[in-house]
Amino acid sequence: MTICITSTGQSLDAPINPSFGRAPYFLFVDPETETAQAVKNTPGAHGAGVQAAQIVASNKATVVITGNVGPNAYQGLSAANIEIYVGAKGSGRDALDDYNAGRLSLAQGPTGAPHGGRR
Amino acid sequence: MRIAIASGKGGTGKTTVAVNLALSLAAHQSVQLVDCDVEEPNDHIFLHFRADQVRSVGKLLPRVDENLCTYCGKCSEACEFKAIAIIGNKILVYNDLCHGCGLCTMVCPTGAITEISHELGVIESGETDGFQFARGVLNIGEVMATPIIHELKDELDPNHLAILDAPPGTGCPTIAAIHGADIALLVTESTPFGLHDLRAAVGVARSLSVPVAVIINRCGIGDDRVASYCAAEGIPIVLRIPFSREIASLYSRGIPFVKELAEWRDRFIVLYEALKKVATS
Repeated sequence: MTICITSTGQSLDAPINPSFGRAPYFLFVDPETETAQAVKNTPGAHGAGVQAAQIVASNKATVVITGNVGPNAYQGLSAANIEIYVGAKGSGRDALDDYNAGRLSLAQGPTGAPHGGRR
Repeated sequence: MRIAIASGKGGTGKTTVAVNLALSLAAHQSVQLVDCDVEEPNDHIFLHFRADQVRSVGKLLPRVDENLCTYCGKCSEACEFKAIAIIGNKILVYNDLCHGCGLCTMVCPTGAITEISHELGVIESGETDGFQFARGVLNIGEVMATPIIHELKDELDPNHLAILDAPPGTGCPTIAAIHGADIALLVTESTPFGLHDLRAAVGVARSLSVPVAVIINRCGIGDDRVASYCAAEGIPIVLRIPFSREIASLYSRGIPFVKELAEWRDRFIVLYEALKKVATS
C-alpha cells in the first residue's frame, strides 16, 4: 500500500500542504516502514488539480492525505478509486498518525473551491 | 471607431455610460451597442429590446472512442489546460477546462478523438431605441465567456461606431472585450476601491495598446485620489457625472437619464468628440 501526503517539503517532518493540486511536494509513504519518497509537483498555469491526480495515480497511491481537495482533483482521484482523507494538520508524521488513529475524514466530494491553492 | 467601456470595479456605471452614450449619439449617426457582460448582461433593462435574431454559440469538446484509445497520454501531455486526463485506464474530459482548440485530436495517434459542439450561450440581436443592439447570454452553469464575446465582436460592422459594454474585472472576458478597441473608456468612482481597480484596468488596456480615458461617476463621493492619479499618469478625465439623487432615481426606474435630462445628451456628444481625439492622438 502507498499513501500520498501533500507536503511543503521533502520529508515527513515538514508541514503538510493544506491544498492538494498546488502542493509543492507529494510524499509517497509506505505505512509499514514510514519511509517517504518525495516527488516535486510543478503545476502549470491551468489544471493543477487534474495534473496532480495523474501524478498520484501513476505513483500507485491508493490513499491521499491532504487538507482540502478541489472539484477537478476529486473527480480525477475518484476515477482512479483513490480515497481522499481531508482535514490534515501539522507535519506529515502528525497527519499520518491522525490517519492511522482514524481522526481524518474521508472526503465524499470536493471540500474546496477550484483554485483553492492560489488563495 | 470602437469604444470599449470598462472599469475594473463592478457597479461603477459602465452600463449607465454605455446606454446613455448610445442614445445620445444615435440621433446623429449609426450606432451599435453591444453588451459584452455575458455573465450578467443588463443593458436591455434600460432599453425596449426584443430580439429579432437569436443564435447559439458553442465550443468544440473532445469525445473519446474508448475502443480506439490506447491510453498513451499524448492528448493529456499536449493539453495546455489539462482538460483531458488519463488516470489509470480511464480517460477524463473536463468540459469547463477545455478551450476547444482541438490539439488533442491532432496529436492522437489512433484517431480516437473527435469533436462535438457544446452550446455555451446565445447571442440576441435586433434594432432598438434607434440603434443596433446585441447581447451575449452565457448559459447557466457555463464558465467560459470569451467565445461569446469574440463572436459578438465578429458581428460588428466596422464602418459604424461600436460601443462595447465590457464585463467588470480585469480577467479574460474583460480582455476579450477591450482587445482591438480604439479606446478604453474607464468608468470609476473616486474611492480607494475604485482607484485600486482603475489602476488594474489601465494596466490591461495599456498592455493591449489601447488608449484610455476616464469618467468619474458619482462625483462628489470619496476624495480627489482618482484625479491625482490620472494627472500623474497623463490620463484625460473626459466626463464627471455627479452623485445626484435625480440620476439615481431615474436609474432605479430603468430610465436612461439622457431621456429626462436633455442637457446630458450634448455632454455625451462632447464626450464622443473628446474620445475621438484621444483615440487618434
